[in-house]
Amino acid sequence: MNQWLLILAMLTPLASALGVAVLPAARAKTVAMYGTLVALVFVLYAGFGVFSWEQSGYMQLGMDEPIRWIPSLGLEFQVGVDGISMMLVMLTALLGPICVISSFTAIKDREKTYYAWLLVLQAAMTGVFCARDLILFYICFEFTLVPMFILISVWGSTNRKKAAIKFFLYTFTGSVIALAGLVYVAWFNVHRPGIEGHVNWTFNIQTLAFASSKWMSLNQQTWVMFALLAGFAVKVPLFPVHTWLPLAHTEAPTAGSVILAGVLLKLGTYALIRFVLPFVPAAVVAYAPLIGALCIVGIIYGGLICWVQTDVKKLVAYSSVAHLGFCVLGMFALNHAGIEGSVLYMINHGLSTGALFLLIGMIYERYHTRSMKELGGLAAKMPVWATFMVFFTMASVGLPGLNGFVSEFLCVMGTYQASTAWGSGVWHTLVPQVGTTPGELGPWYAIIAGTGMIIAAMYLLYMLGKVVWGPLRLPAGHDHHGGHDAKDDHGPALPTDLSMREIGVLVPLAVLCVALGVYPKPLLEALKAPTDSLVQAANAGREKIGVEATPGERAAKGEKGAGSAQLPGSERPAGTTHLELLTPDMISPASGRPGEVTP
Amino acid sequence: MTDRLTFLYPEIALFIGTCVVMVLGLSRTLQARKASALVTGLALVVAGYMAIASTPRVGEAICPLTGICFSKGLTPGAGQLLLPQMPLYAKTLIAIVGLILLLPCAGTVDRAEEAAIASGARRFDPLRSNRAEFYAFFLFSLTGLMLCASADDLVWLFLALELTSLPTYIMVAISTSRNKSREAGVKYFFLGALGAAIFLYGFAFIYGGTGSTNLNQIARHIQDDGLNSLTLVGMLLAMLGVSFKIAAVPMHFYTPDVYEGAAPQVSGFLAFVPKTAGFISILLLAATVGWAYAPGQSGVGAMLSAGPVEPLRQSVGATQLPELLRITLWVMAALTMTVGNVLAILQTNVKRILAYSSIAHSGYMLVGVIAGPGDGTFVNSGVAAVLFYLLCYGVMNAGTFAVLAALERSPGKDGEPREIETVADLKGLCATHPQLGWSMVICSLSLLGLPPLLGFFGKLPLFTSGISANEIPLVVILALNSAIAAFYYLRLAFTPMLEKPDAGAEAIRHAPFFSRRVGAMVSAGGVIVLAIFGSALTDQATQAARVRSAEAPAGDTSAAAPPAAAHPAQPATPGPRLSKR
Repeated sequence: MNQWLLILAMLTPLASALGVAVLPAARAKTVAMYGTLVALVFVLYAGFGVFSWEQSGYMQLGMDEPIRWIPSLGLEFQVGVDGISMMLVMLTALLGPICVISSFTAIKDREKTYYAWLLVLQAAMTGVFCARDLILFYICFEFTLVPMFILISVWGSTNRKKAAIKFFLYTFTGSVIALAGLVYVAWFNVHRPGIEGHVNWTFNIQTLAFASSKWMSLNQQTWVMFALLAGFAVKVPLFPVHTWLPLAHTEAPTAGSVILAGVLLKLGTYALIRFVLPFVPAAVVAYAPLIGALCIVGIIYGGLICWVQTDVKKLVAYSSVAHLGFCVLGMFALNHAGIEGSVLYMINHGLSTGALFLLIGMIYERYHTRSMKELGGLAAKMPVWATFMVFFTMASVGLPGLNGFVSEFLCVMGTYQASTAWGSGVWHTLVPQVGTTPGELGPWYAIIAGTGMIIAAMYLLYMLGKVVWGPLRLPAGHDHHGGHDAKDDHGPALPTDLSMREIGVLVPLAVLCVALGVYPKPLLEALKAPTDSLVQAANAGREKIGVEATPGERAAKGEKGAGSAQLPGSERPAGTTHLELLTPDMISPASGRPGEVTP
Repeated sequence: MTDRLTFLYPEIALFIGTCVVMVLGLSRTLQARKASALVTGLALVVAGYMAIASTPRVGEAICPLTGICFSKGLTPGAGQLLLPQMPLYAKTLIAIVGLILLLPCAGTVDRAEEAAIASGARRFDPLRSNRAEFYAFFLFSLTGLMLCASADDLVWLFLALELTSLPTYIMVAISTSRNKSREAGVKYFFLGALGAAIFLYGFAFIYGGTGSTNLNQIARHIQDDGLNSLTLVGMLLAMLGVSFKIAAVPMHFYTPDVYEGAAPQVSGFLAFVPKTAGFISILLLAATVGWAYAPGQSGVGAMLSAGPVEPLRQSVGATQLPELLRITLWVMAALTMTVGNVLAILQTNVKRILAYSSIAHSGYMLVGVIAGPGDGTFVNSGVAAVLFYLLCYGVMNAGTFAVLAALERSPGKDGEPREIETVADLKGLCATHPQLGWSMVICSLSLLGLPPLLGFFGKLPLFTSGISANEIPLVVILALNSAIAAFYYLRLAFTPMLEKPDAGAEAIRHAPFFSRRVGAMVSAGGVIVLAIFGSALTDQATQAARVRSAEAPAGDTSAAAPPAAAHPAQPATPGPRLSKR
């Protein structure tokens, strides 16, 4: 049973999508809701019943025997999760029913199509986080585009066509280049030094991470890193390639925005943490300042743009650019605090921003506008809504005690500490923590990013002041007393304030926000093991840079070490893990290949 | 001799089918005329069965069909071939895709004529009936294509190529009763003749340079004495000529016009058959100059004895094609895919979009040609990638054209139902005609290369082999082009699914031929099924991509006898041996 849990978490939404497509439209909602709830039960059971968080550095819950899909390509169907992916799988499973339930009144035409694709999307996203094979990952990663494209372009707002196409083209273009990079890594794996005789290709993520981090020269790593970034930075999105995001967010239907913010953006950050960091640590170390700078630009620039928005949804969309800037910044700090904060940030952003999009969707359903010019003082009219709005905005701003604070603080702290160069002189006396971990960023990055937090507080509070407080302002056609004007010719009228269904959707998110804000320790402990291996990989990368004074000259191809460790993918026992593969004594070769990596 | 004939059984089956069809189609009885299509299909099935049945399997030396010994893993008659295993794979592939292409051909010609006969307005007149010709030419063309695959001689190759092409010119011209088709046919014919002339001119140079028309001897000659400039010029000219068949830059100009003029099912035929013929020729030519007998290649016999997945390792790196040829192909590939994809974006006519997409796909496949056979494994072998991609492309592309063939609009001035023209005509197809609409969606997304559909698995080996051959810039161009292609494939895929038909737009309806719909659905199903169970096919493609090698395999008598031993008379045999100039 245990080995099928993840497969079930993927197949249940798929099966219910099929059910939705076959059964009459009236049943679509119910089937979709139960489908996602059952998937949630599976995932919760997997997470709390089976998955062992103490050893979360291992890939767990995999099938006993991988299904050999196309052996001549080395393609396998194998799933498995470590602490990071388990958390994201749980986030995905949690947002599933929330998206379905929140769409009950919002979606009125072509319900079957809508719920079917929503469920397919759910399955594909779960697949991304569970995949242990590179190509399986890529298949799921790419396939998320189709349902999202459909959701945006059919049920979106006025400009939906353009938004959908822009979304598809941006991400598709990036990811085919990333595919070339990933294939190069797989090619490298069978042509790395120390391979004698014929070795079958493999796309096993751990094998490839081991091979490429260890043997690839800095020059090769750099190319691979930029190829991967082309695909994954678009998805995150990082600063220069973020322009699809606000449009897609603004035009998407509410559930689409929730999934987009909650999970789809996390595909990018997850791919960074799963591929870029372990595959090409040396290049990551070398270019961390550049990425950090891009993140900071994203934080500041995204924040400033938020400030001038009048469309509430667009404001929250741009705030995602800024927030994910923090997330990636923490990741590229390459120390425990930063990476743990970054993973936490993924979860927290999914919760709080997802909830904000839900709230905005609720307003839009009632008043058919999201403009701050037309809305104001809603606290007087919708106190429950206003309470939730203030709560989730605070979570998003990073109010201490709520979840946003923990992750943001960890990210910035990690960034602050990530510099040995600052470990001496006046800075050291001023701030003793500086220099405790080796790193490429440092206090300046943290300080500038910290102003982003202030900007975030300003625009979000400004938005609250306009929409929630102040004099009551409603769009023309909605009187100030009744509020039942929202009843259209189709569907039941919505109550003035939130209905029980809407509250029920928001409460779990709110509870989690508080819980993770007050007591994030279990998560942080679970993240320790995967973070360890990433930090070790980064350290090995630093050593490699230190050794390779002239980057790129030592193309590993063709060099054949006599007694190097041989770890051809097909022979490695199943169940060996990230952690095992990347322990320092493995990375520094015990025999042979002097000079490649110093022990 | 008997060996040789055994080898040609599939072609012979097709040819017999052709003769029967030609007679049947002229019959006065309607049933007999209708049977011509069935006989065509039957001939393809028989040919396919013969190809499959005579495909050697590891550890099985006797052909189940003929009882003739395979000389331990080599096909009879394959002794002289540069790609000894390729013909049987190619023939099987041709038979399968041929069947899929046949399905939408129902009722292509003589529709008005048959209606008039059925209503009693006119009596059957063999002189006015074209049905027999159409199916006969269909089979003729496929016969030529199969002959291409088994060619071991330049003259044979040329004749086979012409046998493939000549029937298609007529098929285009008679495919509809509109003048546009005739114009397309004429245009296609003249440019095709130009292509053939260039091709032949190149062959003459090759003959002059090497003193032989036998591909095997040409390859040996080039390996022994090096590539002289005469041969190189010949190769370049031949490649240029073949670029017409595969619709590659610089000979691609005819493609959109001809595809637009022909009936969609015939356009689908054009997109697969000449392209396959062209790629087989390119592979054979490239094998003579670059791959066959190259030092370092492990022997075919040795490979076979080791089984399909464990070939000997060899140095993999730059391709072994001559540099000039490699650069030419490189530029051709890059230009072909870019031109095809960029121009496809500008089109609104579905058939023109698909024509440009056909150009682009040729560019993708050229990457595999440049990558070469590598070390013979599926991941590293560009040849295997091309052979596999031909199958993928054949299946998914046939689907898009079959959808177009299965739909029609109200009759125009000439009384014939009009075809689907623009993408806008496809709006709402998934709602109005779900079978066809979803077939279109699946096939278009597969052509785009979206995982997990077949097109992705076709493209993946092109990526891997390109990277294996160190052609990384080309692979990046390939990746970028896949992204450009998203512009128009998205339109093709999502217009039927998401858009609602325009108010007042004229309704589209099913063409009254059920088999056309079946054709579309078979393709769409194939796209999904082959993506899941494709591994058997990849193994076959890998086998087929083995190139004849220099070392005679050592006497591992248990498993592999050297090919030379099986055909002892071979090295001395055919071809006039001219003195070297």
